Amino acid sequence: MKLKTALASATILAACMFGSAQAADLTVGFSQIGSESGWRAAETTLTKQQAESRGIDLKFADAQQKQENQIKALRSFIAQGVDAILVAPVVATGWDDVLTEAKDAEIPVILLDRTVDSSEDLYMTAVTSDLVHEGNVAGKWLVDAVAGKPCNVVELQGTTGSSPAIDRKKGFEEALAGHDNLKIIRSQTGDFTRTKGKEVMESFLKAEDGGKNICALYAHNDDMAVGAIQAIKEAGLKPGTDILVVSIDAVPDIFQAMAAGEANATVELTPNMAGPAFDALAAFKKDGTLPPKWIQTESKLYTQKDDPMKVYEEKKGLGY
Amino acid sequence: MNALKPHLIRLAPQFAVLVAVVLLISLAFPDFLKLQIQNGRVYGSLVDVLNRGAPVALLAIGMTIVIATRGIDLSVGAVMAICGAVAAASITSGHSLVYTLALALAVGLLCGLWNGILVAVLDIQPIIATLVLMVAGRGIAQLITEGAILTFNDPGLIFIGSGSFLGLPMPVVIWLVFGIAVTLLVRRTALGMLIEALGINRRASTLSGVSTGVLLVAAYVLSGLCAAIAGIIAAADIKGADANNAGLWLELDAILAVVVGGNSLLGGRFSIAAALLGALIIQSINTGILLSGFPPEFNLIIKAAIIVLILVIQSPRIRDLAALFGRSESAEATVKQEAK
Repeated sequence: MKLKTALASATILAACMFGSAQAADLTVGFSQIGSESGWRAAETTLTKQQAESRGIDLKFADAQQKQENQIKALRSFIAQGVDAILVAPVVATGWDDVLTEAKDAEIPVILLDRTVDSSEDLYMTAVTSDLVHEGNVAGKWLVDAVAGKPCNVVELQGTTGSSPAIDRKKGFEEALAGHDNLKIIRSQTGDFTRTKGKEVMESFLKAEDGGKNICALYAHNDDMAVGAIQAIKEAGLKPGTDILVVSIDAVPDIFQAMAAGEANATVELTPNMAGPAFDALAAFKKDGTLPPKWIQTESKLYTQKDDPMKVYEEKKGLGY
Repeated sequence: MNALKPHLIRLAPQFAVLVAVVLLISLAFPDFLKLQIQNGRVYGSLVDVLNRGAPVALLAIGMTIVIATRGIDLSVGAVMAICGAVAAASITSGHSLVYTLALALAVGLLCGLWNGILVAVLDIQPIIATLVLMVAGRGIAQLITEGAILTFNDPGLIFIGSGSFLGLPMPVVIWLVFGIAVTLLVRRTALGMLIEALGINRRASTLSGVSTGVLLVAAYVLSGLCAAIAGIIAAADIKGADANNAGLWLELDAILAVVVGGNSLLGGRFSIAAALLGALIIQSINTGILLSGFPPEFNLIIKAAIIVLILVIQSPRIRDLAALFGRSESAEATVKQEAK
């Protein structure tokens, strides 16, 4: 019994010393959705890298696509008394209780790449990209690329009803508004996958005179574009020349296609959401400056001129 | 010819539906029936139907046999993902094409063996037994690909997905040959009859000396093999293994193909050819919807409406009603004649 008490007090003492030694550095809990896509894997890798380079002790929790796991992870972060919590919420609703608990414990919460339906004062800030803006950048590129010539566009939409599909469609249409030379002649869902992207593109090509009637393809993500590029090649046309290809996400494989001249442009959805989040956190810890409620990440446009092979090499190791 | 006649009668409803669906689409989109030779291969929407229908057609072959034993295999979609991932992982780590294919097929057989043992030896209900692998399989596939899309550039493996043989795409050749081979195997031997006996009454077949355990395991092994081939094709088609999406929900399409083919989920008599026609009906609908240019929000509704219609037409009640209607008409005719 005595030994146990002694051990326990020693542990507590050690914990205190360890705690004070680390006080200068930050401990941040990160609840990730799970491994649903290559992009998310890259986001996890970059978050860990960013934390390491800033000397932040990152506690990582994988929720395996379940909100209950995320709520459990958040509660355990609160119990451990971390300095801040990053969370990529799997769904938008049902966060009020756990966010209130974090607020009561005075732990700032930063949302990554998705937002929640809770009141704004329950979290410090949300770091996300602007999906409408991404579609807009892709549309503007196409408007400039065709330079007033008439052009029939086919569109591969994301999963029907998902917010990226709705917003990327909206942004693209906004960019095309007022340019009557550009017309979206066909638009169909490719479920964000290569297989469906290829299958739907095959039907577009058949329906539009073997593809002779199509001047450009806009895909809501790169994977569908990669599938569609194969369909275009198998139909005996040159993707990138006969049919312009513009898509969104900037995953490594599209850079290979761009290097081969088979894709023309992609808009980056940066996986580095943690960088701006940690910057905001550092500013807050230093002198209490509160960041704006929404930090928008850059939607960078990459074209064939941007040395696609180099970008490919950079992105390859991120776990996409 | 006389020996063929019962088979043709059996396939007539499915064939009629397929023709009706194809005609319906070609009314809306006349180029649907157009075929031309391009780059030494037949090119056209009908070829797309055969080609895109390959995974479901292959799965339907195995699923027909499993359903004939009064079972069901929910794991085929996940097994496709596993085998595609295994093939991609093997070829990217420098193994030869033959080794890669053998490995992927062996993994498919192994998955089938696992299901078969759960069902035949441990006597777990098929829907639960195969649900295990359906849930776990995608996780296994993700472990193999490490969560990313594993791409490869081996021309041999890619040929299986997008090459052509005698002008037809390779996937079409593969499912046709495999379908004919399995049909011959079960119909030219007593195997088919034994499977039907097992499906109708397992205990009675065991008592009459049929080794039902072995047969049952073999049915699931065949289903695993079909899923493996489908998985390799799906991966080869996009030059990459997509563990998240390869074969997703295809088990349901395969079951649907078997049912649209007029096979009973209660086991017993079965027809592989009818199930293959079922697969083609489903794919014709899919391709037709894509060509139609409707907004994507309508895709699933149109598909469901057509399938409900097909199933209603095939239902025994409607057939009875039609027969009744036909009889009363002929009865009326006789009454009229008598009145004269």
